[in-house]
Amino acid sequence: MVNFTQWEGFEGRLWQEEVNIRDFIQKNYQSYDGDESFLAGPTEATDKLWGELQKLQKEERAKGGVLDMDTSIVSTLTSHKPGYINEDMKDLEKVVGLQTDKPLKRAFMPFGGIRMAEQACTTYGYTPDPELHKIFTEYSRTHSDAVFSAYTPEMKKCRHAHIVTGLPDTYGRGRIVGDYRRVALYGIDFLVESKKKDFDNCGDGTMTVEVVRQREEIAMQIKALKELKLMAESYGYDISKPAQNAKEAVQWLYFGYLGAIKTQNGAAMSVGRISTFLDIYIQRDLDNGTLTESEAQELIDHLVMKFRMVKFARIPSYNQLFSGDPVWATLEVAGIGMDGRSMVTKNDFRFLHTLENMGPSPEPNLTILYSSKLPETFKKYAAHISIETSSVQYENDDVMKPVWGDDYSICCCVSATQTGKEIQFFGARANLAKCLLYAINGGVDEKELEQVGPKYAPITSEYLDYDEVIDKYLVMMDWLTGVYVNVLNLIHIMHDKYYYEAEEMALIDTDVRRSFATGIAGFSHVVDSLCAIKYAKVKTIRNQDGIVVDYEVEGDFPRYGNDDDRADEMAVWLLRTFIDKVKKHHTYRDSEPSTSILTITSNVVYGEATGSTPDGRKAGAPFAPGANPSYGAEQNGLLSSLNSVAKLPYTWALDGISNTQTISPDALGHDKAERVTNLVQVMDGYFDQGAHHLNVNVFGTEKLIDCMEHPEKEEYANFTIRVSGYAVKFINLTKKQQLDVIARTCHKAM
Amino acid sequence: MAYDYEQNSIKGNVHSLESFGLVDGPGVRYVVFLQGCALRCKYCHNPETWAADNGSQWTAQKLFDKVYRFKNYWKDNGGITVSGGEPLLQIDFVTEFFRLAKAKKVNTAIDTAGQPFRNDEKWLEKFKKLMDLTDLVILDFKEWDNEKHRSLTGMGNDNIKAMAQWLSDNGKDMWIRHVLVPGLTDGEDDLKSMSEFISTLKTVKKVEVLPYHAFGVPKWEKLGIPYELTDSVSPTDEEKKRAEELLNVNAYNG
Repeated sequence: MVNFTQWEGFEGRLWQEEVNIRDFIQKNYQSYDGDESFLAGPTEATDKLWGELQKLQKEERAKGGVLDMDTSIVSTLTSHKPGYINEDMKDLEKVVGLQTDKPLKRAFMPFGGIRMAEQACTTYGYTPDPELHKIFTEYSRTHSDAVFSAYTPEMKKCRHAHIVTGLPDTYGRGRIVGDYRRVALYGIDFLVESKKKDFDNCGDGTMTVEVVRQREEIAMQIKALKELKLMAESYGYDISKPAQNAKEAVQWLYFGYLGAIKTQNGAAMSVGRISTFLDIYIQRDLDNGTLTESEAQELIDHLVMKFRMVKFARIPSYNQLFSGDPVWATLEVAGIGMDGRSMVTKNDFRFLHTLENMGPSPEPNLTILYSSKLPETFKKYAAHISIETSSVQYENDDVMKPVWGDDYSICCCVSATQTGKEIQFFGARANLAKCLLYAINGGVDEKELEQVGPKYAPITSEYLDYDEVIDKYLVMMDWLTGVYVNVLNLIHIMHDKYYYEAEEMALIDTDVRRSFATGIAGFSHVVDSLCAIKYAKVKTIRNQDGIVVDYEVEGDFPRYGNDDDRADEMAVWLLRTFIDKVKKHHTYRDSEPSTSILTITSNVVYGEATGSTPDGRKAGAPFAPGANPSYGAEQNGLLSSLNSVAKLPYTWALDGISNTQTISPDALGHDKAERVTNLVQVMDGYFDQGAHHLNVNVFGTEKLIDCMEHPEKEEYANFTIRVSGYAVKFINLTKKQQLDVIARTCHKAM
Repeated sequence: MAYDYEQNSIKGNVHSLESFGLVDGPGVRYVVFLQGCALRCKYCHNPETWAADNGSQWTAQKLFDKVYRFKNYWKDNGGITVSGGEPLLQIDFVTEFFRLAKAKKVNTAIDTAGQPFRNDEKWLEKFKKLMDLTDLVILDFKEWDNEKHRSLTGMGNDNIKAMAQWLSDNGKDMWIRHVLVPGLTDGEDDLKSMSEFISTLKTVKKVEVLPYHAFGVPKWEKLGIPYELTDSVSPTDEEKKRAEELLNVNAYNG
């Protein structure tokens, strides 16, 4: 057992024997059930730096969304000299480190795909160095090239027709959360030693593909750790040993995260569950009298400021899918421990308080691990923050804890993985609404009007028969899940090979568990369509070639979103059917398949690519986001809608069931106190039924419309809203997406 | 008591359902809007609830089963509110509905304009039965002066005042609400008189001023009924505050 002087005052033993952050947390954290009155406002340094950063963000917007870009340096752990928010103010920065040498400057990251990296530059008027093109096409391969060289014609067709889409085949897959806390608690040298042990014990000398691969991966991880040390050194910090105080712990941890975002441009680059961990260091310093509350808040404010600065160079088609420049720097607070103790610490308040000290912001993607059993004071403070900023999301700890324990992180928008012990293979989405249309048209795409799916017998009757539709839907879904899972297998094989996440994996156990995420798009439209076919009469409208291109519904039918069991059971059936079919297929590296009902803002793009559906949705109209009921389907208000979503069993969709709701402040209560109490009650009622996720927005439609029409108004610069799976500045959405958000139900008083 | 088939099969005529009501009574409430109203308030924002024969038919049991699924959200203060239309026009149905609710200890509120109230024995007997199952009465007091009330709603308000008195005399908690239309329901003398009357009532827990809004106008147009208050606007915050002061709303905070 090693013992570092930096660990003085910490309890416990197991975490000193092995890398074990959970044990460290459980032995040392102090629950806090008081209120927010202890919190400190922003320091002068925070105000200055944040003011500076806001200036830069304004410039960035004025320049069309990108402030500056690298064109000749390939981003690695050590590629850049140190950068600061402002060179003249660098002494004010309590937490240092930027992705490049300048704030908000986007790095050149070609390993996911050289063409995308180049196109991102040219889109914003930059010219990438031709030498880089030569290197990454003639001398070396990228992930994207490898994937496309191996795709089957069928896979390419499916991708083109958008029946599977949003695939991570041209950029980093993301969703891997390094346990960045390890850098702080152990220092790099200890972690290198631990990985060396794993290297020595890797295999018995027989060089199977698995053993060779693992040996190479561990070697890459060790190299990354050593480079991480050099990166920190360039900022004047020696991170070979553990952090000795709160300031160092915050800095060490951030360096760990910075290493990830310097080397990977994944769609989601989560921070993880760091709040309770850091509280232990802060509390030790507060008790020693070496830190004040104001200084503690300053550390968290400055750390969060860094998370608000994470940027990647993206191409326009990517921005259409994931609008508003999100990076999913997801960060969790709260939750309940396995032993029943609340894991809410003062630091959880501090993280939420950053939204008051520095105003609303989409990043970091602040996530509250909710339980009705959390301290009332914390629930109320969280509700207050929701009402004031619409910037946080809620996920049900009561349903996640039995599956993932009490040290999981949200690795993307809403999906959990055990921190440091598990990774997830990101899986985008299959368009189940389009799959239903393929079932009806015998595999002919209703938009492309060509054969994409298998040439099964189409439905030829004028009116749709429920049993016939279901029979055909099931076999078409068999086909779709097969292609879909195998597209993902192919992508992840290539990603491991050409764009391995060495730095993040260095901060995760070598013996790692892998989950294999898939996803569903068009969920509510399939449910409502099947209900229409079953309970009303649906007439087909065909083009001259007999392809069904539209539908007419005669009569009423139950819709998902009204707490009506007829529709909701259809929803439950659809989820179960899909995940069961996914599970039939082989998944790469023994990963465990799961699925999600979560679309991000891609509901608009998916909808555009999908023809009319039998529920009355017209061709090209946006899908409802995530697991939300369809537009206009809800007849009985918010809670009916919540009850419908709450019926979907989380264990069948372990990758997450996303629900986004907007409530008008007037509908939530007469005054602030009443609104807070009512919102807490709504969440208690929803999550106690086993629901998984809720995005809460509190504002009226009028505000959205005014913001769309007058984006230049100062008050809207940071106006943040929650969309499916993340938060975004409303002014950064495309016009189409703004209109989509406005069209969604805003729950008002009757 | 023997099973009373007649009573259990009584049907309510429901206009609409709102699972998320946070302003019609304390806490989070499920609000049932019943069909039918005899008043013809010039500012009515739900004129489609006037006719007694529209709406969907529900038995009390079926409706209660639907509503009770929301008990998770109610905690210790929320519950159900029956509004309208005018719920007292379907008093037998509401009574049966509340009987089922009270059997499960659900908090019950009724949002009424008091128009059907009759001070005769037979009616009071029914009303008393309902009140025994009602935790809170939200009484919409539209206008103090009898004639002005008649001009605004088509009927006088003597029986409405009598109902408020009855509730006070019988110890039934109530909230009083007044819709404020500038130039129409904001006369100083009227508000003062109303305030004086309210101060004599013993069970008023809250007095609320609801600002008039024109959201209902398109519905009037759709129904082809001429809308008279075309020149009316919502009160300003100052006008609302003035009315609140005249009605002494701060004296009621329970």
